[in-house]
Amino acid sequence: MQKDFIRIQEADFDLTTEIKTLRKDDPRVGAVVTFVGTVRDMNDGSQVRGMTLEHYPGMTEKSLEEIILQARSRWDLYKTLVIHRVGPLLPEDQIVLVAVTSAHRGEAFAACEFIMDYLKTAAPFWKKEETPTGSKWVDARVTDDAAMARWS
Amino acid sequence: MKLELRFFASLREGLGLSGESIAAPLEVKTIADLRNYLIQRGNPWAEVLASGKVIRCALNQEMVSDSTLLVEGAEVAFFPPVTGG
Repeated sequence: MQKDFIRIQEADFDLTTEIKTLRKDDPRVGAVVTFVGTVRDMNDGSQVRGMTLEHYPGMTEKSLEEIILQARSRWDLYKTLVIHRVGPLLPEDQIVLVAVTSAHRGEAFAACEFIMDYLKTAAPFWKKEETPTGSKWVDARVTDDAAMARWS
Repeated sequence: MKLELRFFASLREGLGLSGESIAAPLEVKTIADLRNYLIQRGNPWAEVLASGKVIRCALNQEMVSDSTLLVEGAEVAFFPPVTGG
């Protein structure tokens, strides 16, 4: 039975549907933790009208598989799901979903945050924002590196 | 050494190129050597890959460091620090 699901897609996703699918026929599950990232209308002090997400097909999937593998080596998880959208997005749109199931909440909370922190610094995605003064590639944040460093 | 180069995000735009097949000379042994070799071609390479810029690199789709040795036929990607999520 497949345990880890990774999807890179332009289409939006529905949280309720995804959780239902992940939990289906799995009575061992006592905890489901999810994280949804969305597009803000402000970044680094400038207004954001929209953005385009680019990725590295092939490496993206491999790096996410590796991140999930590392999470599994730390915590007892039943199923994991990562959906990351690419292409054009608007403020309020959903960008990313990380969902984890396990027997107890502690492991699910920790694993979900770990996967998200690693995704931020290791998965090859890039955002280009449209602002009133033109479009620009988003700079990586030092705080994201610090968030990942907590786990090592 | 034959290599398949890939460029992403701001690098792809700056070079006006998403990929290229090259035959690197023998003295190009590491990722850092390759970057310097490309810089020596002049602009836009010199500007886009300039040594002061923070650029990440992947060898056969795995993140590597400047000192990593290249391998024949490898896919080598250059890109800025990632900003997903």
